[in-house]
Amino acid sequence: MANFTLNINGKKHQVEVDPATPMLWVLRDHLNLTGTKYGCGIAQCGTCTIHLGDVAMRSCTLPVSQIGNQEVTTIEGLSESGDHPVQKAWLEHDVPQCGYCQTGQIMNAAAFLKANPNPNDEAIEAAMNGNICRCGTYVRIKAAIKTAATG
Amino acid sequence: MTLVKTTYGRRSFLKATALAGGGMVLGFSWLAGCKPSGKDALTLPKEWFNINGFLKIGENGVVTIMSPNPEGGQNVKTSMPMIVAEDLDVDWAKVIVEQAPLDTEKFTRQFIGGSQAIRQGWQALRMAGASARHMLMEAAAQAWQVPAGEITTEAGVLFHKNSGKSAGYGEMASAASKVSVPKEVKLKDLKDFKIIGTPRKNVDGLKIVTGQPLFGIDTHREGMLIAMIAHPPGFGLKLKSVDDSAARAMPGIRDIFTIKVLNDDYERQHFDTCTFLEVVAIVGDSTWEVMQAKKALKTEWEPFEAYSEVRTFWGQEKQTLTIPAGLESSSVHKSKMAEMAAKPGTVRRKDGDPEAAFRSAAKVLERSYTAPFLAHNCMEPMNFFAHVTADKAELAGPLQKPEFTEKALSERLGIPLEKIDIQMTRLGGGYGRRSYAHWLLEAALISQKMNAPIKLMYTREDDMTAGIYRPAYHATFRAALDANNNLTAFHVKAGGIPESPLAADRFPAGAVDNYLAEDWTIDTNITIGSYRAPRSNFMASAEQSFLDELAETAGKDPLDFRLELLERAKTNPVGEKNDYDAARYAGVLELVKEKSGWGKNDPSGASRGVAAYFCHNSYVAHVMDLTVEDGKPVVQKVHCAVDCGIVVNPLGAVNLAEGSVVDGIGNVLYGELTFKDGVPDRSNLDKYRIIRHSEAPKAIEVHFVKNDIDPTGLGEPLYPPVMAALANALYRATGKRLYDQPFMGERQMLG
Ligand code: FES
Ligand code: FES
Repeated sequence: MANFTLNINGKKHQVEVDPATPMLWVLRDHLNLTGTKYGCGIAQCGTCTIHLGDVAMRSCTLPVSQIGNQEVTTIEGLSESGDHPVQKAWLEHDVPQCGYCQTGQIMNAAAFLKANPNPNDEAIEAAMNGNICRCGTYVRIKAAIKTAATG
Repeated sequence: MTLVKTTYGRRSFLKATALAGGGMVLGFSWLAGCKPSGKDALTLPKEWFNINGFLKIGENGVVTIMSPNPEGGQNVKTSMPMIVAEDLDVDWAKVIVEQAPLDTEKFTRQFIGGSQAIRQGWQALRMAGASARHMLMEAAAQAWQVPAGEITTEAGVLFHKNSGKSAGYGEMASAASKVSVPKEVKLKDLKDFKIIGTPRKNVDGLKIVTGQPLFGIDTHREGMLIAMIAHPPGFGLKLKSVDDSAARAMPGIRDIFTIKVLNDDYERQHFDTCTFLEVVAIVGDSTWEVMQAKKALKTEWEPFEAYSEVRTFWGQEKQTLTIPAGLESSSVHKSKMAEMAAKPGTVRRKDGDPEAAFRSAAKVLERSYTAPFLAHNCMEPMNFFAHVTADKAELAGPLQKPEFTEKALSERLGIPLEKIDIQMTRLGGGYGRRSYAHWLLEAALISQKMNAPIKLMYTREDDMTAGIYRPAYHATFRAALDANNNLTAFHVKAGGIPESPLAADRFPAGAVDNYLAEDWTIDTNITIGSYRAPRSNFMASAEQSFLDELAETAGKDPLDFRLELLERAKTNPVGEKNDYDAARYAGVLELVKEKSGWGKNDPSGASRGVAAYFCHNSYVAHVMDLTVEDGKPVVQKVHCAVDCGIVVNPLGAVNLAEGSVVDGIGNVLYGELTFKDGVPDRSNLDKYRIIRHSEAPKAIEVHFVKNDIDPTGLGEPLYPPVMAALANALYRATGKRLYDQPFMGERQMLG
């Protein structure tokens, strides 16, 4: 057990956990930030995607001890009330089916667009390939990313 | 207008309404939970008036519509309330949707499965809306002292033309809640629909994209512990011994014990499938700590002896089933299936004299098809919250058939049904898997033992290796053509482990004079369950691939060949029991022919495949265009034609159709679960391949047949024919027919 002060969504949080604990479970169990989802635990599905600074990361394999004072953003902190351009595009295209994968998809897409504001189809597919949607909303996700990109 | 009685089936809607209706209901505590956020938030009323089980109206005209069925991505939480709103005649912008509690007195069929929610809910939902509208009109008539027949409504406002009086529904809601429920109500004419048939966004969209806690796995309660289970690593195994000394000493661990999921003498119902009867429970403070302790458990497993269980399957007599012993392997399954396929099966239908027709045939084509076991792999692994005390049980989580699971739970806990409360959360995918809720029993038993609220969490590995799979299947088709290339005989022999996929009365039964359908099964201790379009999900792929090859053998266009057979079934059907409407079946083929420009040169140079199928009361045809690049199929476009009657919410319907197409492509190319000595070869998403972004079609176009037929299923019927459309297109691209699924599996290239 060790004490960590984490900078999440612009706020400081204290947790006392095993240093090996993945951020996914720190967020979900200790901070009740459940928008970040568990899907596989082995960095294969992308449902647990968060931002470390501007970079999208799989939180299921990211030990809390490696965070230090980097800024963490979760879906709860992506925008105040769901008005991040990616979230708005998701609503416009009515993307979700069951919705379970979508917070991870949105977090990955948001980080991707920040680094590549004008992506082509191949770039979108390559960037999003690590995020599985079992309901098969891929066609809509791609359309929504294009909408978000063109603003 | 249609006049309908307010009773249906065995149930009286009237009684249900009277039980729930009447009186003024103040300040519901659940309002906090359903308050919409963001700019478009509605101003919530100060008071709510209960009109009936399905809806409440606030004094300011805001309406809450209860959505009776669990939502797992099929859009029922949006589309079912749309139906209520239509006959209530209210402005959709003033509607709040709330998940109804499990209440089998008020609602019927509160479950997901068989693409039936909209089909079976249609009348009841319309009636709920129409009854409330009628009661509001009565209340206005009394208040204004005018005949009720002179009152009209529009978008949540009551009017009396002659006196010029008008009032919002909110103003009359209190009085309406005291009006007696009508015995008969008028339903709107289809031509007057303003909500049904118009695209409406997912009512939970904003909550989903902002990550609000909607799913069972998000459940959090004060003092809640986390539990996991350890189950046997393979089928045919049971628990021998547990050494928990190391695990118990680990940080955050509260207790470790074994639980028996069902009593030995329990008579199981259809959905009570339980793979592992005894499991080890690990309970602790946090998920990570429990996961670590689970790894530190030293467990020994041993093969079990064959045993029997008493079971009543849907619509069947009680039977005693034998669960065989043994550690099974896919290689053995394969040879056993080939053996069974070579022997005569059980005859399920015979028309004419197939043997003679085959003897005198000019050409005979015979082909066999196989498909493996599949895991559902819902993105949200199985989980459930339970708080069981001495005399009651509170549960919350994702499941498809709460009303069935409740019975097993009551029996196992020894707590009467009325003391059990199951709250339905959103499902992170279902596809059939969450109909079999053994994990709910496990959660409840763990909570009972701990005397504390707990959340049971399956890891992905637990989820994938716990059984309840799509069965493995095999089918052999044989067809006879005469010298003029007319189909003279058709023979299908299908089987599976452990169920047969055959539907003997489906097309092309009825379209050919000499027809024979046989089937067979092989026992197993690997458990199976419904999987998106059960049985059809294999039979469509096999039959529609075969028809493609048969058309080629006959020198005919594959789409026109199907139409030719359907014409026969329409004008001069063979046999009485054909379970499809040949005209509607042909209708989707004609629609997809037109929309895809079938038969014309495709400018993109893609290869095309066609397939069609009828199941779950709906008709579907797909044309798929694909190219092969670097040995990989690239689906350029899928044209879908669907006849599912009236489409309630076209936006949700198209989304669901797109998802079915993607799912079909993914499973036929990559999906498989194989076994070695009882142990699944794959337990996580590194090995179990699920279709990803770059493998999805570049475009999907969905076309609905427009008609006035009451809505039928949509969640399942689009899925089965996708696989054959792909196989047939691939054949045109590569010159190779594919018979064994998956076509690629873990390989990065075809072939
Ligand atoms: S849960 Fe982290 S990638 Fe799947
Ligand atoms: S919407 Fe269900 S998994 Fe993506």
